[in-house]
Amino acid sequence: MIQIKDLHKSYHMGSNSLHVLKGINFDVKEGELVSIMGSSGSGKSTLLNILGMLDEADTGNYTLDNVPIKGLNEKIAAKYRNEFLGFVFQSFNLINYKSALDNVSMPLYYKGIKRKERTDRAMHYLEKVGLADWSHHLPSELSGGQKQRVAIARALASDPKVLLADEPTGALDTKTSYEVMELIQGINDEGKTILVVTHEHDIAQMTKRIVNLKDGIIIDDSKVEQVRASQYV
Amino acid sequence: MFKKDRWDEILEALSANKLRTAMTAFGVGWGIFILVILLALTNGLRNGVLKDFGDFATNSMFMWTQGTSKPYKGLPKGRYFNYKIDDVAAIKSQVPNLKYVSPRNQLGGFRGNNNVVRGTKTGAFEIYGDYPEYIKQQPMDILQGRFISYSDINAKRKICVIGSGVVKGLYDKDEKTLGTYIKINGVNFLVVGTFKMSNSQGNNEEEANTVYMPFTTFGQAFNRGESVGWMAITAVDEVPITTVKQQIFDLMKSRHKVHPDDVRAIGHFDLAEEFGRINGLFTILTFVGYFVGILVLMSGIIGINNIMLIVVKERTKEIGIRRALGATPWMVKGQILQESLILTILSGMVGVSFAAIIIWILNAILDSVGEVENFANPSVDISVILTALIILVVSGLLAGLIPANGATKMKPVDALRVE
Repeated sequence: MIQIKDLHKSYHMGSNSLHVLKGINFDVKEGELVSIMGSSGSGKSTLLNILGMLDEADTGNYTLDNVPIKGLNEKIAAKYRNEFLGFVFQSFNLINYKSALDNVSMPLYYKGIKRKERTDRAMHYLEKVGLADWSHHLPSELSGGQKQRVAIARALASDPKVLLADEPTGALDTKTSYEVMELIQGINDEGKTILVVTHEHDIAQMTKRIVNLKDGIIIDDSKVEQVRASQYV
Repeated sequence: MFKKDRWDEILEALSANKLRTAMTAFGVGWGIFILVILLALTNGLRNGVLKDFGDFATNSMFMWTQGTSKPYKGLPKGRYFNYKIDDVAAIKSQVPNLKYVSPRNQLGGFRGNNNVVRGTKTGAFEIYGDYPEYIKQQPMDILQGRFISYSDINAKRKICVIGSGVVKGLYDKDEKTLGTYIKINGVNFLVVGTFKMSNSQGNNEEEANTVYMPFTTFGQAFNRGESVGWMAITAVDEVPITTVKQQIFDLMKSRHKVHPDDVRAIGHFDLAEEFGRINGLFTILTFVGYFVGILVLMSGIIGINNIMLIVVKERTKEIGIRRALGATPWMVKGQILQESLILTILSGMVGVSFAAIIIWILNAILDSVGEVENFANPSVDISVILTALIILVVSGLLAGLIPANGATKMKPVDALRVE
């Protein structure tokens, strides 16, 4: 599903240049649940942003679902993001003046789907994350865990190939974190490819494979025995 | 671009920040309000001043005689002379581009002595001897009967046409006027018509207290013979009277043995020149009105631009989210542009409506207090409103363009990082 070869990325701040990614190579197959670990500054978020086409690598190859991602203009990048990718952020990134339902249906709006069908589909995903009764609440009326579940529903709404989660549990307490991870595991069980960036070991243990990043290179990449989140909940 | 979904998005975004939206809208609304009011007031002033000219054909002049100031051909200076009825024919045949040449004679004056009698009622009115063309130079509404005709002129009929003020002074209410006789300076005249001035509210004392009779009858009845008191001369529309008047003066001077360089002998009032002067003044005033109004409007637009910049800054993260979810730059741009467009147009229309209400109230007040000196009927052209709206649309686009471009130039990852 994802192939990355020799990926480099540096940031320039004035005369200083910061080499963040120093040659990343890794593949993700369909249906995998991968966690990317590393301390802050290790480049894990940068990697995820490049995977999500929110940022562009300096050199290296990136292929997503057999489509080479290179030198895209913003219009095509937006189209690919909409079709291939779903994002889950640490700070949820819901639009605060839109109801849960409207937030979930937004990717479908940009896909150009008619209102009626949009609402039906969005409602379906809200049901899936267990928030059907909250569909008309604003984000400010939801708890942190609920917000993250709305965000997950939104990421799923356009039926993407890959789900990218950047510290999805970073702003949640342990119990809620496990609930969210249970949801993510459930989605993965249905066959969706998911990448999770995290720095918490217990969260990483709930994935099927851990990629360890340090100072811009992968120091460890191994499959792990998945811990089901449901046993904690 | 104008699908319902897009509308919903825009309305949602605008109503998410009611105060900000309202403040922005106020800036533009205020600008266009001032522009419209300013132009309406200028127009009111113009209407008021030009009203003093009445309806009289503006491409006209009045010409009379004065004492000569130079001796000529054995005649002394200080000599008085009169135009004769032949002069009219001479002018008509020798000076081109003239539309009407009306010789006129007058009896009585503004608030003069009583000169008209009917039964026990008397009144002081202005009595004019005129040709039928005169009604084309000074438009009036014939209320009953008719105006003077050429057969009246030729037959020297003792008939007259009287103003509404005369009717009021000499007749009882609902009394029949046509076919009755009034006695002017001891001579009986048959009333064949009544009139009022067009566009007058009936309160113009001078114009309504007037009696017209055939010029020839006047000359015979009041001992004027062939003399002409003065002339009202109108040129054709394409040629200003100002350019042909010298020809007329020269002709008159040669016919009455006046020195060609004598500037005093022929008195005249050039209505076209006066009209042009005042019109020119108001053209400048209107220009100033536009200038100031557009400047005010511009400050409103700069306000919108500012606020849109802030809005986009504030919503950088939201824009980042939208782009992560698959919004293309053009979708984002389109939404911001449309937001600012709708904001400007809507607030502009509110401004125009508000100005219209004020103008309406102003007109209502003017109507209730009656005539106000130098001010009448403040109004603006619909074309002015349309121009203002076009300015608004264009400026709304401009106001949205800069922030919209800024919003999409940023990489989505940077936009998402903004708190």
